[in-house]
Amino acid sequence: MTAYVRPASLADAVALRAAHPDWTVIAGGTDLMVNATHRAEPVGIVDLWGCAELAGIVRDSDTIRIGAGTPWLDVLHHAEVRTHLPILAAAAREIGALQIQARGTIGGNIVTSSPVGDSLPVLLALDASLELVSPRGRRTVAYRDFCTGYRTTLLAADELVATVVVPVPDPATRLAWRKVGTRAAQSISKVMAAAAIHVDGGVIAWARFGLGAVAARPIRAAAAEAAAAGRAPDATTARAVAAALAGEITPISDVRSAADYRLEVAQSLVMRFVINAGRP
Amino acid sequence: MSTVTIGVNGEQRTVDVSPWKRLLDVLREDLRLTGTKEGCGEGECGACTVLLDGVPVNSCLVAAGQCDGRAVTTVEGLARRGSGGASLLHAVQRELVERGGAQCGICTPGIAVCAAHLCDTGALAGAGASDARARVRELLAGNICRCTGYQLIVDAVIAAAGSTEVAP
Repeated sequence: MTAYVRPASLADAVALRAAHPDWTVIAGGTDLMVNATHRAEPVGIVDLWGCAELAGIVRDSDTIRIGAGTPWLDVLHHAEVRTHLPILAAAAREIGALQIQARGTIGGNIVTSSPVGDSLPVLLALDASLELVSPRGRRTVAYRDFCTGYRTTLLAADELVATVVVPVPDPATRLAWRKVGTRAAQSISKVMAAAAIHVDGGVIAWARFGLGAVAARPIRAAAAEAAAAGRAPDATTARAVAAALAGEITPISDVRSAADYRLEVAQSLVMRFVINAGRP
Repeated sequence: MSTVTIGVNGEQRTVDVSPWKRLLDVLREDLRLTGTKEGCGEGECGACTVLLDGVPVNSCLVAAGQCDGRAVTTVEGLARRGSGGASLLHAVQRELVERGGAQCGICTPGIAVCAAHLCDTGALAGAGASDARARVRELLAGNICRCTGYQLIVDAVIAAAGSTEVAP
């Protein structure tokens, strides 16, 4: 018989998680409930949907704090997100469609940790970090370090993701996001790329590229970033960035796309981001 | 099993089910509300769309336990009782019928529920004709129809939302 508990507070949720590491933690259920009738029933369910401490978006002085249980519809319509993190709002708008955006949460996307999780390249480009809570306390990890491999993360068996902390970008930093798939809504992506590029005095001071569906996990493209830094945002740099990218992503051929297509699209996207960063 | 009480179409209903049972199956099997259809069972098609606390969701992706104490509206709950007990269709249902916005009918209940939500919450208010079409297409993108080609569905929703302008 499956147990079901809806904790009223984050402390209760963490205590349940620690006491029952074999129970399923659910929020919107948009991944966990897929084909639920063909899956074994969980031993127990910890339902985080509606846990007030895990939901909501708050602007601090230099960060935007997003509760892990915040559904995409709330992310998409939040004024601070739309103004300061437009690529996160854009990604939210392309996650599934209305019904999925109403239930799917940012924390769910992060913990499911699919290599095609729609928001994950954006969180990499925005250099987000996560606050993880357990009975042992609260710790902060860079999102860049959180996903360790194919659907594996740093999350301990007694931990929950509580908050996503996103630094507010400098208004001069250029942000870009593009998801490539068979259609804008519903379809799982073939390639996703996000960028934050800071141009100062006609030179790229630094760039962050986050990519999805081109490796076993969402990745920061460190070699491509190094190829961009210190150079003008022009076609020559774009080609160097694309060449560097080819050495650090490992796209595969599967039901949705082919490895060589994914590589070419990923390269085209980062080239476009670099060139656009040089335009007014 | 656990006892789950859900406000379904304005009426409190109590069922003894596994908390993992899909809301879709609770509606169809336990409450015999078979208007809600299963299309894909994966959250892709939107055929099973219902309103949960007033928001469109895929009922195949919601666990029964999560619905305890919450409100659900299904396609059976869209029509109103008029004088003399006559059933008055929601404007969206009426327009889908009148404009041929339904063919085989499997996707229709989900589209009716989602579109009724759009009309009732004013999601299309103030939009011009072409903007309204774009908004309907985006907000109904989670409802897949393999028969109609969508044009007549979009026409019906725009008509129901109160805009009389329908682009060619």
